[in-house]
Amino acid sequence: MSTELPVQPIQAGSPSVSMIRSLGLVSLICGFSVAIAYQWTKPYVDENQRITTERAVRAVLPTAMQQKAFVLGASGIAPAAPDSPAESAVFVGYDGAGRIVGIAARGAARGYADLVQVMYAYQPACGCINAVKVVKMNETPGLGDKVIKDPDFLKNFEALDARPNAEGAALANPIVTVKHGTKRDAWQIDAISGATVTSKAIGRGLDQSAERLVPLIHRHIAALEAAGR
Amino acid sequence: MSPLIQEEPLTLDTFLRGIWKENPVFVTLLGTCPTLAVTNSATNAISMGLATLFVLLCSNVLVSLLRKSIPKQVRIASYIVLIASFVTVVDYAIQAISLEVYNALGAFIQLIVVNCIILGRAEAYASKQRVINTVVNSIGTGIGFTVALLCLGVVREVLGAGTLFGVPLFGERFQPWVLMVLPAGGFFVLAGWLLLIEFFKQRRERRALEQQGATVHGR
Amino acid sequence: MGDESLGFIFLNALVINNFVLAMFLGICPFLGVSAKMDTALNMGIATTFVMWISSLCAYAINLILVHLGIEFLRLISYIAVIASAVQLVEMVIKKYSPALFRALGIYLPLITTNCAVLGIAVFQTAKNYTLVQSVVYSLGAGGGFTLALVLMAGLREKLALARLPSVSQGAALTLMLAGLLSLAFMGFAGLGGSNG
Repeated sequence: MSTELPVQPIQAGSPSVSMIRSLGLVSLICGFSVAIAYQWTKPYVDENQRITTERAVRAVLPTAMQQKAFVLGASGIAPAAPDSPAESAVFVGYDGAGRIVGIAARGAARGYADLVQVMYAYQPACGCINAVKVVKMNETPGLGDKVIKDPDFLKNFEALDARPNAEGAALANPIVTVKHGTKRDAWQIDAISGATVTSKAIGRGLDQSAERLVPLIHRHIAALEAAGR
Repeated sequence: MSPLIQEEPLTLDTFLRGIWKENPVFVTLLGTCPTLAVTNSATNAISMGLATLFVLLCSNVLVSLLRKSIPKQVRIASYIVLIASFVTVVDYAIQAISLEVYNALGAFIQLIVVNCIILGRAEAYASKQRVINTVVNSIGTGIGFTVALLCLGVVREVLGAGTLFGVPLFGERFQPWVLMVLPAGGFFVLAGWLLLIEFFKQRRERRALEQQGATVHGR
Repeated sequence: MGDESLGFIFLNALVINNFVLAMFLGICPFLGVSAKMDTALNMGIATTFVMWISSLCAYAINLILVHLGIEFLRLISYIAVIASAVQLVEMVIKKYSPALFRALGIYLPLITTNCAVLGIAVFQTAKNYTLVQSVVYSLGAGGGFTLALVLMAGLREKLALARLPSVSQGAALTLMLAGLLSLAFMGFAGLGGSNG
């Protein structure tokens, strides 16, 4: 690109001025188009995000009539805004009478290729996770993507133990993925043979999220119930 | 403008060139990164093809419009900045249209900016030809690229997942050839297409030679 | 993701998710420069150097863009930084080793359009790596790129002496070899444990 000395034809105005002028013109056009595109598409992008999240929540809380999103803080709950940090947001599902049917939250952990993102439903009454949906993943087709369809793997999530411990500060038993066929306790996930990395990613994602959110859910359960009425 | 650069007339060839004779993927082997990466399904292939066509068209039109105002030394830098802006625009547009497609294409949307096809066309064609020629040629090249992507995408999806555009084709008992949707499959399918094209090309050349030989020797 | 160890990041970029064979970045130079071992090695090293510089600059630029809230200029600034880094490397090589400069020829400025270099910048931003993680990532990716290039060069040099069907020569052969290499590299899955 820059290895030959350009033969400069004689032109009106010095070369540097015309360079700066043309670069300036190009930058103006570019900056303008990008800024316009950004402003114009932002509402649509936010809307798409909202719809995707809502669909994922509905997948794990099929009986919910309405969903409300909250951010759980140390001191209390607050309605979630579009730019709230994803890790502290929960989506509470209420039935027609305003009772909680479940609380959905997101988890994520690194699998083989990239992050594996899940949405799971926590039932405060039994202290267990009863539904898990993989929201986004890029795992190896035919191997890692078995986690979506394999019926034995999905059975892990019918009543996955996620009770808080006595102090209410963490899970009584951390969720852990164990080798295929060695599951003994309700808080273990039986990995898919041949797709260990992805299975472990799901286990880690659920554990990290639940360790953080389950204590907070139980601490603020009264406020969350009240918000439904 | 150097008197050596001829502004060529607008012909049908200007359009068809990009699709067949100078197909960016199969003939000049440019833009192979997205060709291999996003063709694991036909839907992704078409989306990437259309996105690239959009960027190719818009950036080349601007390059052609500004071709007399951009001095030689800064031309590559200007082209790249123009291309990067339109890629950013396409990036937001795809996010707004369909989050699923956006997640499927991933980082490769932003990597359109280093797709050699666009810079190559800008440097070799748009910077020297009129706007209307550039429009036609860019659309032709973009379509050629999309066709090439579809060639790979369709093969890989049908064999590797048993579906086409997400529609299952073969029923429950089809065992997909998973290799096809893995990275290695991308390499093999592209190699397969190149082999096929080379085979037909050599056969045509051989036949032309035989015909010539027959005419010369009066057989 | 702060829970990845540096060793894992390096190994991941080097072999597990090799930039060329698994992530399809940097294919153009991979097809073009891998005919001879020397050129391949030099190209790999030059590209690794550009990746490393771009990684540092991209990290710095991202900090500034986020601070000013103008993330939509990210792509433009990244590519501008990469183009400048390549110019810099060109000048340095031209000054210190004119022979190498002539050997690399047109491929040196083409590092600007190497998807792998922009890929580093884009991925490290998407994964929210810290500065140290980004540098390790770029070195691993550059190493992986060089590894793939050198492996391919070794294979092609040997095959240059073999009798092959004429239809397969050129890019088709390289692509088939690449497919086999890619399959082989899949064996590295799970290396480094399932460290997150």
